[in-house]
Amino acid sequence: MRIAVCIKRVPDTETRVRIAADGVAMDENGVKFIVGPYDEYAVEEALQRRDKAGGGEVVAIALGPDAAQETIRSALAMGADRGVLLKADRIPADALAVAKALAAELRDGGYDLVLFGKMAVDDYHHAVGPMTAELLGLPCVTAVSKLELEGGKGTAEREIEGGMEVVEFALPAVLTAEKGLNTPRYPALKGIMAAKKKPIEVKPAALGETRVAVTALGLPAERKAGRILGEGAEVVPELVRLLRTEAKVL
Amino acid sequence: MAPRFEGVDFYDVGALLSEEERAVRDTVRGWVDDRLLPVINQHYLEGKFPLQLVPEMAELGFFGANLPEEYGCAGLNNVAYGLIMQELERGDSGVRSFASVQGALVMYPIHAFGTEEQRKRWLPKLAAGEVIGCFGLTEPDYGSNPGGMITTARKTKDGWVLNGAKMWITNGSTAKVAIVWAKTGALDDPSSIRGFIVPTDTPGFGARDQKGKLSLRASDTSELVLQDVKVGEDALLPGSQGLKSPLSCLTQARYGIAWGALGAAMGCYDEALRYAKQRVMFGKPVAAYQLQQLRLADMLSEITKAQLLVLQLGRLKDQGKATPQRVSLAKRNNVDVACEVAREARRLLGANGILIEYTAMRHLANLESVYTYEGTHDMHTLILGEEITGISAFE
Repeated sequence: MRIAVCIKRVPDTETRVRIAADGVAMDENGVKFIVGPYDEYAVEEALQRRDKAGGGEVVAIALGPDAAQETIRSALAMGADRGVLLKADRIPADALAVAKALAAELRDGGYDLVLFGKMAVDDYHHAVGPMTAELLGLPCVTAVSKLELEGGKGTAEREIEGGMEVVEFALPAVLTAEKGLNTPRYPALKGIMAAKKKPIEVKPAALGETRVAVTALGLPAERKAGRILGEGAEVVPELVRLLRTEAKVL
Repeated sequence: MAPRFEGVDFYDVGALLSEEERAVRDTVRGWVDDRLLPVINQHYLEGKFPLQLVPEMAELGFFGANLPEEYGCAGLNNVAYGLIMQELERGDSGVRSFASVQGALVMYPIHAFGTEEQRKRWLPKLAAGEVIGCFGLTEPDYGSNPGGMITTARKTKDGWVLNGAKMWITNGSTAKVAIVWAKTGALDDPSSIRGFIVPTDTPGFGARDQKGKLSLRASDTSELVLQDVKVGEDALLPGSQGLKSPLSCLTQARYGIAWGALGAAMGCYDEALRYAKQRVMFGKPVAAYQLQQLRLADMLSEITKAQLLVLQLGRLKDQGKATPQRVSLAKRNNVDVACEVAREARRLLGANGILIEYTAMRHLANLESVYTYEGTHDMHTLILGEEITGISAFE
């Protein structure tokens, strides 16, 4: 089974974000970058599917700067077979531009399955996976939390508001992974050593025109300090009144 | 649940590591957060080693990770190996001790002193955690002076007969194989000391758990008794000769301990800092008081120095320049630092600091053993004293 996993280099989710001097980007100094947490589910799923099929290839594809090779190597350390870096100085804010570059790489790859994380934790777009599917003319199922493949068909479960949706689709297909799809493995130490010897092909990303740009980046407003009204039952009426009129949570 | 550990790195020491070294550190760090920390308290209280974690530790490659890939090991450099020890001991000294013994005291001597056949027979199984090993050097009356040992190995027609007793043996009751050091000649001749690979199911071999430990409670510490234990010719590690052979194993283990103790210190500092920011006393966080700031500043200073020390030692080891004396300095310094950091962290935590919910007291109790084992702090002082002056204070 030939599987492509599209992964993104994102800041660690515990990063304390600082804004760069230009006001539109994050200050990357001292920031640790990781494989997108949802992308990790996609990588794990790809590895399990390849191994279950008794063979094939898992190709980890990332778009980004040279440093994204480290992101690809994390996937190789987990067990992916080879990597492709679509090189761009920075990852554009235009999800369609990214999807076009990925689609150009994926189109003639002969993949049975293309996996993404359901979203990138830095931009929250949820967009690149489905856009890539559209460009490739392939069926797309997003936020998959359970997957079965049989013959040329697949069944996926999606968690939706208040329930569960079961979707059937034909292969090849594009799927985006939700938390709970599996438990991503740690890169074993031998895998980390083996990753150094696996090939990563570097080529320019065919981004084309980018039509979306970030114009400002800001930090969330600081939370206001709390207030203690007093102690004991006698302050409860005042507390309820303020929760109604001021906090408006009741 | 505790927040994920992000490391302690004031001097950007992480930037001195290679990408693989950081990846190794992060794998072990994540595993400790997800798999070890959730179960360690219960095991510590019950006085049990978390044996159920051995298969996953093996799967991830934690055992003998600096030995070659051809024997099923990860083939890492010594800095990456040290980082494994650092992260494991941030979890618990007992679990790091397990990995140290398996890798540095069992796999290393088989690799260094064994035949190719012995290596092929034992190393892949030890790396895979299918066989657990222990190291029998210390005796009830011969701790700091192992050359005085009275365990003997006598040559027979087709092998050897071993007699004696060993004490303070990590993994002793769990092990399927023991590396036993014994005198093949006269009792006053330490140059006759040789190493033997002894399967623990050999008749005459007994192990008994040492009860009543208030430290390293999540670790198996046992006495070994060898009574007319008969082993074949192939039990002898042919490359071992004299006291320097087991001591070279200890140098490997001590190297890992220098990193490991640092990990415990980093964990204690991290916990103390978080606590100091959250705990409010007299209307402000205790972190706002100069006394606690002094504690934290001292901890961070010592941790930062210790980090640079072991990193350079690791680079030297990769170049074949980590002399036993250099390793002694690092073991002595870093374990001492870790003891101080754990103690100050415990004090900063106030009464909460004595609870198992916090790590400081467990680390503090563990580190008292680490201070004493693998060459006591005092012995390393004398090793350095001899190195500096050229005069031995203990011979």
